[in-house]
Amino acid sequence: MSRLLPLALLAGLVALPLALGASPYLLNALIVTGILTIGAMSLNLLLGFTGQLSLGHIAFFGIGAYVSALTSLGFDVELGFGLRVVHEPWPAAIGFALGTLAAGACGWLIGRLSFRVRGAYFVIVTISFAEVVRLVALNWVELTQGPLALTGIPPITLGLPGLGTWTLRTKLQNYYLVLAVGTLCWLVIARLVGSRFGRAMRGLKENESLALSVGINATRTLTVAAVISAAMAGAAGSLYAHYLRIIDPDVFAFTTTVSMVIMVVAGGKGTLMGPVVGGLIFGLLPVALRPVMAPEAQWIVYGLVLIVILFVMPRGIVPGLAGLVRRRPSPPAPVLEPGPAVQR
Amino acid sequence: MSPILSVAHVGVRFGGLVAIADLHFDVAEGEIVSLIGPNGAGKTTAFNVMTGFLKPSQGEVRFRGTPLRGLAPHEITRLGLARTFQRTSVFPDDTVFDNVMIGLHRHAAGTGRAPLLDALVGRAGAGERALRERAVALLDWVGLGARAQERAGALAYGEQRLVGVALALATEPAMLLLDEPVSGMNASETRVFVRLIRQIRERGVTILLVEHDMPMVMEVSDRIVVLNYGRLIAAGPPAAIRSDPAVIEAYLGQGSAARRAAAEAREAADA
Repeated sequence: MSRLLPLALLAGLVALPLALGASPYLLNALIVTGILTIGAMSLNLLLGFTGQLSLGHIAFFGIGAYVSALTSLGFDVELGFGLRVVHEPWPAAIGFALGTLAAGACGWLIGRLSFRVRGAYFVIVTISFAEVVRLVALNWVELTQGPLALTGIPPITLGLPGLGTWTLRTKLQNYYLVLAVGTLCWLVIARLVGSRFGRAMRGLKENESLALSVGINATRTLTVAAVISAAMAGAAGSLYAHYLRIIDPDVFAFTTTVSMVIMVVAGGKGTLMGPVVGGLIFGLLPVALRPVMAPEAQWIVYGLVLIVILFVMPRGIVPGLAGLVRRRPSPPAPVLEPGPAVQR
Repeated sequence: MSPILSVAHVGVRFGGLVAIADLHFDVAEGEIVSLIGPNGAGKTTAFNVMTGFLKPSQGEVRFRGTPLRGLAPHEITRLGLARTFQRTSVFPDDTVFDNVMIGLHRHAAGTGRAPLLDALVGRAGAGERALRERAVALLDWVGLGARAQERAGALAYGEQRLVGVALALATEPAMLLLDEPVSGMNASETRVFVRLIRQIRERGVTILLVEHDMPMVMEVSDRIVVLNYGRLIAAGPPAAIRSDPAVIEAYLGQGSAARRAAAEAREAADA
């Protein structure tokens, strides 16, 4: 059943726009929610499966957005010492790839820097990193336009040689693009978690000394997790840039990281479905509340929903529901039985 | 025969505290050696030095001739020196089976040139099946076959100890360090465990043991090394250790017991 559930959800999401009709307002909410959910899934890879909290996760998202946007817009920057870098616009799809790679590279750097010490240090390094990147985006006006924002970012164009190209301009097309990228990220995470690499991550999270003693390389494992997580966040950021077609330094807002943490924790960290469920609930809650109450009241309800979820299901919605489904008494522990090794 | 493990004049100091002053002993291949001593004698500290969790302030540990100085714990494990832990010997949130699968970590490394890529494109299937079979065989061997699908953290204490041993054996060690493996076990569990230790040795694994259960130590050991206040005070076969005056002094604590009795008498007089 647990295998059918994600498929059912995917089928539901594929069919959703058909059921809703072409309401641009709802589609926009779904697209932004989907992008944030991809961010939450990437955060869950670190927070849920390795136990490391990246409170600057939005940095990778923003780097993906800016690299992707700048690659497709082109730039002309004076670096000093008479050095001048001129970049002609490239297709947006290449921007998407470069944004993903650049974010992954930053994940590698941050992982290398902080995973020798881990824990609180990782939290601090990630927060600082996000703030530094935000200040760069704000102040390097020649490259990023600063608070004036990068505008006119082209939409993503998909194309195959010989088959022609296909530019994703409409909301419906972007919805399916986000859904496709999200599904791909889900598959990558699912494969990883079920592999030897996933077992190494779980081992480190549950009992680090023991994990080291069975030969698991902590720094390498955590760094690889950080690279994959950061690259996925970068991919989400790139989707965001090419969908909105305008980005400013506000994409680095700390509150967005907090939203992702809420999605992961409320949905159930360390589960595959958790961030998706959390992302859909907390991404779409404002949409559901908007017609019925004032903005101030919406945020109060948002907080209340979060508190109630964590009060009723402290480990999150997905583990909580899974626990309800298979709640059965565990048999009493019998005494040690000798195995073949000791039966003589 | 050259020793499989040699501890050469190892000292460990935490600031001004001397945890180990000068520890010097060898373990020959195929031996079962016990490291004993009163609480705080430095036994677990010695284990932590041998397995790379602590850097010695002086001296050197060699395993099969390789100096271990500067190696990380996971690198030492890959050389074939495995250990169990005193208190937390399992990955509590995983099933017993998955515990052993995590323990088999370093064996999956040889399945492909890019294991991460193999996992992503689903090429790891055959290697994974082989691993699963090994995990099942190992669990059956230590007698936890019936417990495979239980959550490790929910097992009885003695069974968690067995999971710890299975995890260490999963790394296919040449030598196994056991840190108080039978503490908290009842007499019959201890007897079963002693047989397990002998079986592990028959598989060709050298064993170094830290333990407080003296009858168990006397029964299972070929040789015993005794520590007190971070110093080696005796080493030899069980019969010799049993009658060694320095060991009796350290364990029965003639001096300290007499002092405690005197202090209690004084307190009684003051009251």
